[in-house]
Order: sequence, then structure tokens, then C-alpha cells
Amino acid sequence: MNFSTIKNTMTAAGLDQWLYPTERGLYCEPAGVYIDPARAVDRAIITHGHSDHARPGHGAVLATPETIEVMKLRLGEDGAGRYESTAGRHALSINGVSVRLVPAGHILGSAQVVLDWNGQRAVVSGDYKRSADPTCDAFEPIACDVFVTEATFALPVFRHELAVREVGRLLASLRRNPERAHLVGAYGLGKCQRVIRLARDAGYDAPIYLHGAHLAMSELYQRLGVDLGDIRPVPDVKPAELAGALVLCPPAAVDDRWSRRFPDPVTAFASGWMRIKGRVRQSGVELPLVISDHADWPELIATVLETGAEDVWVTHGRDDALVYELSRRGLKARALALVGFEDEGE
Amino acid sequence: MEPFALLLDTLTTTPSRKGKLSLLTDYFRSAPDPDRGFALAALTDGLFPRLPLRRSLATLLETRVDPVLYALSRDYVGDTAETVALMWPEPELREPAPRLAETVAALATAEPSEVAAILGHLLDRLDVRGRWALLKLVGGAPRVGVSARLAKTALAEMSGNDVADIEEIWHALTPPYTDLFQWLEGEGPRPDAGGKPVFRPLMLAHAIEEPDWAGFVPEEFAAEWKWDGIRVQVAAHGEHVRIFSRTGDDISRTFPDIVAAFEGYDVLLDGELLVARRGLVAPFNDLQQRLNRKVVTGRMLKEHPAHVRLYDLLIASGDDLRALSFRERRDRLETWHAAHAPPLTDVSPLVPFSTREELDALWTGARQDGIEGLMLKRWTSPYLSGRPRGHWFKWKRAALTLDCVLMYAQRGSGKRSSYYSDYTFGVWREIAEPTLEGPPRGDIYPGHELVPVGKAYSGMTDAELLEIDRFVRTHTVEQFGPVRAVEPRLVLEVAFDAIFPSSRHKSGLAMRFPRIHRIRWDKPPGEADTIDAARALMGAQAEDAGARRSKSLSD
Repeated sequence: MNFSTIKNTMTAAGLDQWLYPTERGLYCEPAGVYIDPARAVDRAIITHGHSDHARPGHGAVLATPETIEVMKLRLGEDGAGRYESTAGRHALSINGVSVRLVPAGHILGSAQVVLDWNGQRAVVSGDYKRSADPTCDAFEPIACDVFVTEATFALPVFRHELAVREVGRLLASLRRNPERAHLVGAYGLGKCQRVIRLARDAGYDAPIYLHGAHLAMSELYQRLGVDLGDIRPVPDVKPAELAGALVLCPPAAVDDRWSRRFPDPVTAFASGWMRIKGRVRQSGVELPLVISDHADWPELIATVLETGAEDVWVTHGRDDALVYELSRRGLKARALALVGFEDEGE
Repeated sequence: MEPFALLLDTLTTTPSRKGKLSLLTDYFRSAPDPDRGFALAALTDGLFPRLPLRRSLATLLETRVDPVLYALSRDYVGDTAETVALMWPEPELREPAPRLAETVAALATAEPSEVAAILGHLLDRLDVRGRWALLKLVGGAPRVGVSARLAKTALAEMSGNDVADIEEIWHALTPPYTDLFQWLEGEGPRPDAGGKPVFRPLMLAHAIEEPDWAGFVPEEFAAEWKWDGIRVQVAAHGEHVRIFSRTGDDISRTFPDIVAAFEGYDVLLDGELLVARRGLVAPFNDLQQRLNRKVVTGRMLKEHPAHVRLYDLLIASGDDLRALSFRERRDRLETWHAAHAPPLTDVSPLVPFSTREELDALWTGARQDGIEGLMLKRWTSPYLSGRPRGHWFKWKRAALTLDCVLMYAQRGSGKRSSYYSDYTFGVWREIAEPTLEGPPRGDIYPGHELVPVGKAYSGMTDAELLEIDRFVRTHTVEQFGPVRAVEPRLVLEVAFDAIFPSSRHKSGLAMRFPRIHRIRWDKPPGEADTIDAARALMGAQAEDAGARRSKSLSD
């Protein structure tokens, strides 16, 4: 064993004395703050606005300004007792613990939480991805002793396609089927806006129609500086008039009664799960688009290695495969088995 | 390989027949020879029946993939070929993808021991979709929702030919079908089927309807039992014997016993393929055990012996008899069979009758296993391919019905994906031992619980579908993915052709051809049928079978 390994093991050792999982979520004891807690707590740091991470009823919430806007839209102004936003990327101190929010590349406003205390550093990454996304800042790898990672797509079968190419397939299908509306099921926060932005980047400038559930969030994105072009609610017109339209809606609406208003639609679903044919069959869509806002298997491994962390904690997803692979590579890794996180919406 | 992979992949997510046809015709028009011919072979008869895929993959994975990660992935994906395609390590620099023809050539001539290495090299050259398509190709049946018939229909559409013209010569052709494509594109003569055992499109019957009876003269028609197996054509030409399904699919490999029975003859026969034990026709379910099986075990042959009940003689010793009348062909058939009597065959007996009343009585009594009703054939009709009007009629026996209670509903697919259109229904069964666990039972029909007896997704009108959909959504008690459990309130009158013992449903019974006959909004669920009533319908069949047995074997 060489010197640096020993030193590193020393630095990660005992970190779980001040940062550890509890029933309510991951808790940083000296700061007295939970990260993405599953239940209401006095003080929370929220990595991003998805509902399984940003829950209502906390006393005080620390998050990026964008995440706070998202939370206010979803939960209301009184969704938390008090919202505190981090100004820029400066670290702030909570009871002597230095806290810094660094982009995670997952969705607009998503952040990793960098915690420094007593010469040790832990990074709680929330959900993240490494591939390009024009609607949010790119993930920044931060060197640390303990890296807390998600594992939504932690199986070697998950290697996502390039999102640009998948949106290209969608637009090609629109050109091939000008008489059919294209109904794209996409998660309403992040995925929806990413697909729209990528379509715009590819030169699609026709109006894009949104299910009611997606419109308000997309308008917030526009206000926060992400240009989505001409987005509109689905108009109440005869089906024939929606021929050739591009429509985004929640995945569950694609094959529900709401969708009957469209003329013989091409149904699509933008999700990392579309990599797997069984999931495509289950979803019943005609045009599966492999677009994910989570790291795929190679990204997960590469990111962990890049942080140089000796100890890796896995929060949610397919933790068994990731823990196995990291252990095989000589890292310490363990599953935290935190409750409350979902991956179905992806 | 890439265009073919894209075709296969897109087919798996294209629900409509029209959409599939357009994908196929586009592909056949644009892909070059001989690639398209091999693609056609893959979609129809399969390309590599005997490659040691499982063993080769095991060899390949050993050095490339961690076994624990493979096991976790395989469990998640649920399909070996797909798992391998997805987790196959990407080479740093990928050589150009092979063409389909190159792939076929490399594998077709490989020794079993070389297959792994060749496959590994091919996989290295393909992207994820290509790898998946390759493994599906090698695995035999791509299962992308395209029947051989549909592929041939696409050929017919792209060329303006009749699909029957293609089917007639199909079995004289071999991959990569270059001569076929030349003919279809008007650049060559129609390939010659001469001498080889080929398929001749079958003559089919119309269901008899009320107006048909007006012109019905008993003396002009022969009656036969309508046997409940699958219609086949046996083409024997010396040592070459082929068994074709109604649609021209070659099913010889699945029925080596029948092939052996016809070796050495020179005939083309029309008949019904059945499973029969000591001359007794087994229920259709027994035949089902043998269909769709590429490999037939000795045990299968012994326990589910096949049998062909002959209907017609089309060609004998090179003489095409199809222009002759049914009466003449029937005489020739009986004479031929009396002289040769191949094992595992008999001639479907004529059912004598002289009046409409006698015929009615026969039809009403037709409730034996293996009999679906009556066939009426005009004595003077020639053998005409397709479904010509006024010559052959099928008169299916009246359906059985049961009043069942809707238990589960599942979303349909394609156009029906927003509707709950697939229904599981049950009948009442007495609760043997009341338990305290689980949901309260027996409140609708005291002392009874529902057990599923069948599943149906047809028979209702569009308006009824909408009404049931609404019922399902407002009476859901539990939801599992696309399936909803509903309150046991809606009575469905279900029609079906037969009911038989089966482990498919909890009731221990299963129906043949169940469909929704009527929705009984008026009927209280407690008055729906019981499992005893369902069993009684099965019993009636068995007793009937005993009574009729002597008759069907008398010839």
C-alpha cells in the first residue's frame, strides 16, 4: 500500500461521524441540516426541484436560485418556511461547515452539495449527468473524500444515446409523417424543456404544444433565461388541425383519454428506460427516444473515479451493481438505502 | 446490416399492419441484392436453424463481461440477446459494419467451433442496434410481429402482383431470392416451380349466412364435419415432402412424423392437421403443444401424435385435378387413399343427409371435441384458390355462452392504447375454507368467490368499448401497471367455442375463442354463472364425444 492510499483512507475515515443517513434523509450533524430529506425538517439543502428531492414543509430551504423558483412554482410561496438562495458559487458557512453548491448537470438549477468540515470533504451529488444539456450548467467534478452518488441507471446495459441524435430522430419522424401529430411523453421538469431546446437547436421553429401540466414550468424556464421559442397550450380545435404538430405531455397522458383528441398520433417517450425493449413494449409507444437526465453506467464510473473519492456512498437506484463494480476496482463503496427516491419519472 | 437492423427495430414498435407493410416495402425497394433476399429469409423461414448460439455467447462473454454484472443485467433486461447487445464492450475503433450478406456468408459456412470467434468479430463491428439485430437473426426467429404471410404481402404490394402468385412459387425458391426480386421488378421471368413440392393457395369457405340458405338444395351439396385442427396442404414429390399451413408457411420441420408418412408419393393433398390418439381427435389444445415448435422431441411425437384427416386431392402423379368437380376429386381421393393408406392419415368422412332438417339435427348435435361444425361443399365446384362465393360454406356450431363477472381490465395496444379493452373475467366458486386474511369475500354472492376463467378482447362494438372503459375507470379497486382490478359488478355474457381443463387460469379451465357476446348491465353479479355450470359445458362435450366416436371412425 502506498502512502497516498493510506493518507486518503485516513481522510475518509470518520467522515460518517458527521454525515450519515437517517430515517429522514442524509444528515450533516455539525451543520444541523438534511440534504433532500424525505420528510419535513427544520433545515434542508435541496439539490434540485424534482418532487422526490424537493418536498414541502421544511422550515428553511437552501438551494440555487433556479431551484427555489421551481419549488415556489410547484409547492407555492409557502412550500417552505423560508427560502435561502446561494449567491453565485460562493461557499457559505453553517455552524462552521462550509457549504457550496456546484452544478450537477441534471436539470436547470440542479446542484451538488460540497461540504467541508474538519479538513474532510464530502460531495453529495444529487441526481446528475455528464452529457451536454443546453438547458443547464454542466456537471463540475470536485475532488473529495466521500462522494455520494445516485445509481438510477447503474447497470452496464445502460449507455445512453446522444440526445441530439434522438431529437434528430423525432424531427425526422415529423417530416416523414406530416399528417400525424407527434405526442412525446416527457417528464415535466427538465426533460420536456431539454427536448424542446434541442429541437430548436436543430432548426425546428414551428410552435410546440404543451400539455397543461408542462406549460407553467416551461414558461418559468423561459423567464429564467432558457429560450424555448414559441410554446403554446394545446388548443381546443378539431383533431385534423393538429396534424403534424409536436406536442409534449406527461408520460402517462400519452396513452390516456387526453390523447384521443389527436389524429392518429405517433406516440413517443423520452426516457433513459427506452434503452430496454421490455420497457418500450410496456410503454406501448411507437417512437422510443433514449434521452436521459441521469448519468449512464460509463458516466457513473468515470465520475466516481474523477472525484478521487476513496469512499463512495450510493443513494438510490441499482446500487448493487455499482457497489459491486466500485469494490472490484478497489474502492470502498456502500449502499445507503435512503428511502423516498423514485426513478420512474425519468 | 444497418438498414436491416433499423428495419427490425422499427418493426418492433410499429403496431399497425399498414405501418409494417410500408416499412417492409420501403426496405425491399431500397436494399440491394442479395441483402434484401437474406432479410426476407430471416423474416419468413429463418436463416440459421442450427447455430450453437447459447454456447458461443457463453464463450464470448467469459473474457469480455463480468459474470456478476452480466447476471444482474440479464435479470433486469429479461432477454439474453438484448443484454449481450447492450453491454457488449465498444471497441476503441470500430471497423466498418458488415453487410447483411457478408454476415450470412461468414456464419453459414462456419464450423460449430468457429461460430463464437466469427460472431465476436461481427459484434465488434456493429453498434447496439446492429448487435441486437445480429443476435436475433442468429437466434432464429426475430419475433418482430411480422408473419411470413405479411412479408410476402409486402412483396406483392411493392410489385403489384397477387400474393397468391408469390405463394405458388415460394417454396421452389431459396435465399437470397434474387430471381424472385428480378421477376417482381419486371426484370426477369417468373421463377419456375416445376417439379419441386410447392404450395398452391388453398380454397377457403365462407361462413353460411341467412340468404345462402334460400338457394340451398340438399342434393347439390356434400357435408363434412368441420374438424378443429389446422388446415394444411401436404406436398409430396418422391423424397421431398412439405407440409404447408393455410398461409403457405412451411411447417414440415415441426411435423416429421407426417413428413415420413408421405415419403415416396407424388401428390398434393388438402386436409386438417390434428393430434389424434388411437383414432380419437384430441382437443385443439393438444395440437397447440406441437405448433410453433422448431425442435420436436421424441416424447412430443409419442404423446402428441399428429394425424392428417384428408379433404381433397389436388394433384396426383403430376395431373392437376383442380379443375375437376368436387365429386370427381373426392372419388379420386378415396381411391388413392384405399390403395395407399399412408400411416397417420384417414379421409374425412362425408356426413350423409337428405333434407335440411337432417342437416339441422346434425349441426345441433355437433359438440364433440375436434368438431367445430359442418362444412358444406358444392358437388360440382372446382378447386378454386382464395375464397370464392357460393362454393364452400362453413357452418360453425352455435357458440357456448357463460355469464361471467369482469375482474381485471388491461389497456390495449396501438389504436386501443387509451382504452381498457382486454378483459379477464371469472365465475363463482364456493369458498372452501373461509379465511380471515385478504379482502372481504362473499359479500356479493355469499359463500362464493370469483375465479378467473378466461380473457377476451373482442366482440364488443366501439360504443360498448367506450362504456366498459368508463366502467373500468370508475370502478377500479387496484392498479398494477397497465392492469386494473375492478369491483365485481359487471356481468359479461361471454361466447366461446369450447372449454377445457387448463392450468392457465385459477379456475382450472380455459376457453377456446372467447369473445364478449353481450354486456349484461341488467344482471346482478351474484346471478352470474358458477364454476359448476362451466364444468358442465365441458362434461357435455365429453359425453357427446363418446356418442359420436363410432360414427367418425366408421370410414
